[in-house]
Amino acid sequence: MARSPLSVSRFRNSFFGWWIIWASLHTLLITSYGYPLNLAVIDSLITNSLLLGACWIISNILRYYLPYSDRYWYVLFLSLIFSLTVNALSKFLLNMILTDPSESNYLIFLSNAYWIRLGIAFLLTGCMSVICVLWYTQEEEAENRQRKNDAEKLSRDAELYKLRQQLQPHFLFNSLNSISALIGSQPAQARNMIHMLSDFLRAILKKEEEQWVKMEEELQSLELYLEIEKVRFGHRLSTSIHKDVKSLEMMIPPMLLQPVVENAIKFGLYDTTDAITIYISVSAENNSLKITVQNPFDPETASPRHGTGFGLNSVKRRLYLLFARTDLVETSAKDKVFITTINIPRHESDHN
Amino acid sequence: MKVIIIDDEPLARSIIREYLTFHPELELIAECNDGFEGVKAIQQMRPDLIFLDIQMPKINGFEMLELTEDPPAVIFTTAFDEFAIKAFESHAIDYLLKPFSQERFNKALSKILKSEKLVPAKNHLASLLASVISSPSEQQRVVVRLSGKIRIIPVEEIHYLEAADDYVKIHTLEGGFLKNKTMGHFESILNNSQFVRTHRSYMVNISEITRIDPYEKDNHLAILKSGAKVPVSKTGYIKLKNVLGL
Repeated sequence: MARSPLSVSRFRNSFFGWWIIWASLHTLLITSYGYPLNLAVIDSLITNSLLLGACWIISNILRYYLPYSDRYWYVLFLSLIFSLTVNALSKFLLNMILTDPSESNYLIFLSNAYWIRLGIAFLLTGCMSVICVLWYTQEEEAENRQRKNDAEKLSRDAELYKLRQQLQPHFLFNSLNSISALIGSQPAQARNMIHMLSDFLRAILKKEEEQWVKMEEELQSLELYLEIEKVRFGHRLSTSIHKDVKSLEMMIPPMLLQPVVENAIKFGLYDTTDAITIYISVSAENNSLKITVQNPFDPETASPRHGTGFGLNSVKRRLYLLFARTDLVETSAKDKVFITTINIPRHESDHN
Repeated sequence: MKVIIIDDEPLARSIIREYLTFHPELELIAECNDGFEGVKAIQQMRPDLIFLDIQMPKINGFEMLELTEDPPAVIFTTAFDEFAIKAFESHAIDYLLKPFSQERFNKALSKILKSEKLVPAKNHLASLLASVISSPSEQQRVVVRLSGKIRIIPVEEIHYLEAADDYVKIHTLEGGFLKNKTMGHFESILNNSQFVRTHRSYMVNISEITRIDPYEKDNHLAILKSGAKVPVSKTGYIKLKNVLGL
């Protein structure tokens, strides 16, 4: 939630400074028409306190509800409502207080000045509304900027982390060991494995630079990764990938799915001793990209903490930083099947 | 001399098989896909030496060894496991880092073959396992054997532990499992903000306790959700109060 401008001391001080000046001017103006000072002070205090209250309410309304379109009509409307209310209330209160017959003169002066008072109240509340709209818009922009910066930093960190901690050690050395084994028995397959591994590493290094990539590209490196794992695990691992053509053109943060698939393999291959199939499906739905990854698991040995390792948490965090939403990653486990569903809202980029 | 290879990756097994062809004195009698097969094969075939991978399905190499009575000499093979490597080095146990060369493989073998008896690793192994199994990453579960079958018990499913002669009885919802370990061992491997040694012969999972009743003199009884009553000694009661923040 954005800060209210009145909670910032510099703004608050000058706001109340101006209020005192304005109330004094109001008093001076009325005495200049020849009315007694006490009447002028009462009028000024009542009217300007009501205006102060109106400004406070306006700043809070805009704090919780800032319209995106038609915001200037909204501001106009808000100011009009409040100036009418302030005027009506101040008239009512002054009529209540000034009951002495000698003061009836002043009440007539008041109703004669109705339109000019309304105009002034409208100007003041209008000013406050515009200031608030500008203030909150700027606050929101600063927040978005901050979020975007964090997202960039995290994706960089995640990629670096992956290269250092997860990918390199186990995956890389085990793949090299497979190649070493293949060289003796199946040299052609060994060469093929080297090519897949280099393509995969190259894809990762290239993606490090980018913020968004096409789904097609992301799937390609994912498929490479799975092919390499299939060579390692032999008949135990098979995959089934379903993709619709429309989704391939859509954009996705790079390397977002990698940890999800690694998680699926970890769950699937290390929690059971059977042969397993990992299903991946990618589809375009309305305004978002829907990805599901499905793997078998053993509910008896997989402790609930297992699934929330670095993998899925980093995906959740990245999506939160990009879209400010926490509902984009869902997991479900039933009948020994673990399903991870990811929704990625359409990315507003030049590519689309 | 009989040899078994235990590794979940077929290609990783094939390279060891290939390297073994240069050692006709060694006879490869079995290859296993995972720790379960490993335990069974070792028991039935009594090999003199095993090549053992660490990261394997269901139970890892260390857990497999822990379940094996009278384990043979071991050469560990692993791609990358910082923690394991540290443990190997501190216990002077030989290991092969994948991918390894024929020369490196030969060197590890000759070291094993040169040692007088073929099971000198046994003592090292015991201390290695003690340190590895008590590593933070391993204390989320306990593996036990029950009439030939292997059970993996997540620690949060343990209600309480009870000393029984040379064994510790692990009580869970599904009954008790015996494990050939001391209470001291469990005290060192289990998270002691979760498990409290309430008595010389008892250790209890505090999230299972529903109430604590006084019982004879300074003693107490912890009543668990399952209805079980666990003795709490005077010092045990102080420990329990500390952990529960009373």
